[in-house]
Amino acid sequence: MRPFTYVRTRDAVDAVESVEAGGPDAMYLGGGTNLVDLMRLGVATPARLVDVSRLPYDSIAAHGDGLRIGAAVRNSDLAAHPDVRARYPMLARAVLAGASGQVRNMATVGGNLLQRTRCPYFQDVTKPCNKRDPGSGCPAVEGDHQNMAVLGRSAACVATHPSDMAVALAALGAEVRVTGPDGERTVPMPGLHRLPGDRPDRDTVLAPGELITAVDLPAPPGGRSTYRKVRERASFAFALVSVAAALDVGPGGGVRDVRIALGGVAHAPWRAGAAEEVLQGAPADADAFARAADAELAAARPLPRNAYKVPLARHLIVHTLQELLP
Amino acid sequence: MVKIELRVNGASRRADVDTRVSLLDLLREHLGLTGAKKGCDHGQCGACTVLIDGRRANACLALAVAHDGTDVTTVEGLADGDDLHPVQEAFLAHDAFQCGYCTPGQLCSAAGMLGEGGASAVTEDVAADPGLTADEIRERMSGNLCRCGAYVNIVAAVGEAARA
Repeated sequence: MRPFTYVRTRDAVDAVESVEAGGPDAMYLGGGTNLVDLMRLGVATPARLVDVSRLPYDSIAAHGDGLRIGAAVRNSDLAAHPDVRARYPMLARAVLAGASGQVRNMATVGGNLLQRTRCPYFQDVTKPCNKRDPGSGCPAVEGDHQNMAVLGRSAACVATHPSDMAVALAALGAEVRVTGPDGERTVPMPGLHRLPGDRPDRDTVLAPGELITAVDLPAPPGGRSTYRKVRERASFAFALVSVAAALDVGPGGGVRDVRIALGGVAHAPWRAGAAEEVLQGAPADADAFARAADAELAAARPLPRNAYKVPLARHLIVHTLQELLP
Repeated sequence: MVKIELRVNGASRRADVDTRVSLLDLLREHLGLTGAKKGCDHGQCGACTVLIDGRRANACLALAVAHDGTDVTTVEGLADGDDLHPVQEAFLAHDAFQCGYCTPGQLCSAAGMLGEGGASAVTEDVAADPGLTADEIRERMSGNLCRCGAYVNIVAAVGEAARA
């Protein structure tokens, strides 16, 4: 591991200044569950770590009709919060579907959003990777890509975003509050994360030095919501495909409101706008759910060994929506 | 090097550490507490599990310098003198180990888990507090691997400790 200096600041202003002063070799440290591992692997090589895990962003409070979740809130505290469990079951389920009890106790909300892909080539410094070393190539296209992206991928990168929580936040239309050298701004989900294009080294739209301070949830969608995740083992594994969905059915049996986001299929949490459009006002039944899934997945461009993800996503969308029928 | 001070198993401990030292290496190499084990060193096996401020965590993913001022409990600190922790008693009663390498992590993880409550990924109604069924225990303990495959007895032991 490269030697680094460790800095703990009193507030966000000092943290931003410290990272700005440290230049491109400075990074924020949250719970460390991904970053410390990446440093040990030689993938992340910061010369300065600015610890933001003890900044006063560790509470969840009412905010308008929704909730404001501090960026330093631990994943386990988010999933255990009574309002999240009662009003945003999709989010509670998504957080509980990620990692292990130990990791959730350490991991922060901000860090969860900014965790890096678990693509095996990205995590192996002896291999080329356009995300880690721009221009070096992407061995996953010809190699191990069973778990890689089928939507929005580029020639340069086929990695997926690993977060479960971010998929629920994308479906809920959460807003990410950010502070940085140029002041504060909000970034609506799923707009925080980028598709790879020809710059897969950039995971998000955040500028250098910008720090996530909170996530604002709007009022929960009507109807019922949930999160379903398919993985290679029953627990403590990343998604092959996951679905965050909310469905509100009117008295006549038509779809009044629907939210769908997919995980495990793209470089970013994938809001299924085409599927939602098909379902708006349509009858809430399996036929319409299947048409909606097909409309979304028409854009899929799988590789030879991850083509299974397309029918898997289709079935998961249909079954999850059926599960949400009143 | 950075000076840090933390409480470990009830006693104040000071150390002068390189910023790269993990909490696990601090415990094992600097403080002589070799109960927490280094299995994968990537947060995937759970053998390094300790309680930080009462909550279970992977000591391998924790930088020692970032845990200045915290209160850490390792497997060496679970028992109260000669009185074993209920989880330790239950592991003995159920023979919940074979080689024992994962056991310190299993014990600390179970001790932490029993205080957590709430729902899990297998809970039917995420707003309700389910009882600790075998399925719930398996899910909540999934951060601890046992290469000997002693899971059947581990689940039984944790279930008994939950009822204790």
